[in-house]
Amino acid sequence: MLTMTNVKKIFRTDLVETHALKDFSLQVNEGEFVAVTGPSGSGKTTFLNIAGLLETFESGQYMLDGNDVSQLSDNARSKIRNQKIGFIFQGFNLLPDLNLFDNVDVPLRYRGWSASERKQRIEHALETVGLASRQKHLPSQLSGGQQQRVAIARALAGEPRFLLADEPTGNLDSKMAHSVMELLQDINQRGTTIVMVTHDPSLAAEAGRNIFVRDGQVSELHEVNTFADVVNG
Amino acid sequence: MFRYYLRLALLSYKRNPILSSLMVLAIAMGIGACMTTITVNYIMSSDPIPQKSEQLFYVQLDSWDPNSPAREPNDPPDQVTWTDATNLMKAKQAFRQSAMARSGGVVEPENGDSKPFMTDIRLAYSDFFAMFNVPFQYGSGWDSQSDDNRDMVVVISRAMNDQLFGGENSVGKTVRLAGHNFRVVGVLKEWRLVPRFYDVTTGAFDNTEDFYMPMPLKESLELTSNGNVNCWKRPAEDGFLGFLYSECVNFQMWVELRDDAEKQAYMAFLNSYADEQRALGRFERPNNNRLSNVMEWMAYNNVVADDAEIMLWLSLMFLLVCLLNTIGLLLAKFSGKAGEISLRRAVGASRRDVFMQHLVETGLIGVIGGIAGLGLAMLGLSGIGVLYGDLANDLTSMDPKLVAIALGLALVSSILAGLYPTWRSTRVAPASQLKSQ
Repeated sequence: MLTMTNVKKIFRTDLVETHALKDFSLQVNEGEFVAVTGPSGSGKTTFLNIAGLLETFESGQYMLDGNDVSQLSDNARSKIRNQKIGFIFQGFNLLPDLNLFDNVDVPLRYRGWSASERKQRIEHALETVGLASRQKHLPSQLSGGQQQRVAIARALAGEPRFLLADEPTGNLDSKMAHSVMELLQDINQRGTTIVMVTHDPSLAAEAGRNIFVRDGQVSELHEVNTFADVVNG
Repeated sequence: MFRYYLRLALLSYKRNPILSSLMVLAIAMGIGACMTTITVNYIMSSDPIPQKSEQLFYVQLDSWDPNSPAREPNDPPDQVTWTDATNLMKAKQAFRQSAMARSGGVVEPENGDSKPFMTDIRLAYSDFFAMFNVPFQYGSGWDSQSDDNRDMVVVISRAMNDQLFGGENSVGKTVRLAGHNFRVVGVLKEWRLVPRFYDVTTGAFDNTEDFYMPMPLKESLELTSNGNVNCWKRPAEDGFLGFLYSECVNFQMWVELRDDAEKQAYMAFLNSYADEQRALGRFERPNNNRLSNVMEWMAYNNVVADDAEIMLWLSLMFLLVCLLNTIGLLLAKFSGKAGEISLRRAVGASRRDVFMQHLVETGLIGVIGGIAGLGLAMLGLSGIGVLYGDLANDLTSMDPKLVAIALGLALVSSILAGLYPTWRSTRVAPASQLKSQ
């Protein structure tokens, strides 16, 4: 599904060069639920951005769904993001002026689907996250957990094969966080590949596989429930 | 997608009403100032008689001082003498012709309740009405016999007919003017000629007159000269007739020539007339006679005043300044939307999608600014009306073409102003914004 080989990413300013990823190599198979952990500044989010085709990189190779996406044009990357990748962010990133229906509609607008098809998919996505009855509400009328559910519905509505989540529970209390995790697991069980960046060991433990990133490289790979061992050294 | 972008643009306006309204105000002020001056220039320079402006010619004869031209560098006087006007009329060498002048007199209404009042009179020949497509409500103009016989007839304007006769058909009725009784032979429909090209010497933007009568009556009734009079030597004799037959110029001469052949023939006639007059001791300067069609004559007389053109350029520069302000405000607005733009880019919007969305948003601001600018332009035009009174009445209205120009100008200029901010919005790096939201 996703294969990165020796990916190198450098952020440059006039004064400083930061090597965010150094020979970063990783493979994620179809249907996996992978949690990516690591200390702040280790390169987790940079990896996620490159995986989501939001960032380019200096060298290395990135194969997505069997295709080399390392050198694609900006337009081609937009198209792949729209059709194959769903994003979930820590801050939800809902548009405050749009109601839930219209928020979920955002990625579908760029898909070229008819209004009726979009409507059907939006209603199904909102139903999946348990918010079908509130589609006319504005995000500000919802709790944090509900807003993240809307963000998940937005990511799911286009039926992506690959879901990228960056600290999806970072702004939620533990009860809401577990509820969102249950939802993600449910989505994963239906066949969507998920890569999730998190700081929370207990949430990482609920993923199928853990990856620990340190200094821009994959430090170690662990199966379920071994994240705590890595943290403890 | 256009409707979707339009809806997003409206939402964006509502989200930042103050910033958006400032942009609308900047565009509105620029458009308002521009459209005020464009309207004034447009009306000043428009063709007042498009069907015939190529066939109506103003006659200039160089009867001036042999030692200096009437107008530098070597131009003939802009009017003709009574002698030349009447001679040219008698010659009847054009398809139609009318010498003319402005005079004036006191109107004494029959109704005793109304006070006498001063009015302008246009002295002309019978062809005047056909030459200038003058519309009639009742009756018609007088015929050439009335010119020859110096009949005491008048044509009156609709407004004058309303004032004196309550709007009824007054043909055949009598009106007392300049101390004499005249028979009304015709009543005009509403007739506004802008610019009033047939006599620019008394103001190209004056109203058309309320009374028209045969010009030969000037001599028999000793009617005053209300227009410009220029002389290069003293009259040979004293008195009204001495002045009338002097070398002073006070009369406009218009001819209607249907094609180039007629124009060349008439020009040849003018030159031979000048030669003939030279033989009689007049026209001491070399032949320098001219025929100018309507637009040439208006250009020659700078009907569009230089200061109006300067105002136009100043207002265009003001629009530019307003647009530069709009660029700054748009940059501020779009930078505030970096989070939304990043989100849209992340979920699949291409740069083109983002560009189009913001172009529509800019266009919406432009259209609203244009509409508000039209309101300001109306205010500006009515301000000109207040400042200049009747003189500017005809200059202070906008036709549908000008409204379309205003909206088009607003749309194009706002989109031009929005190009850079819109382009910048497509360069937002989504990854840098999404984490911070």
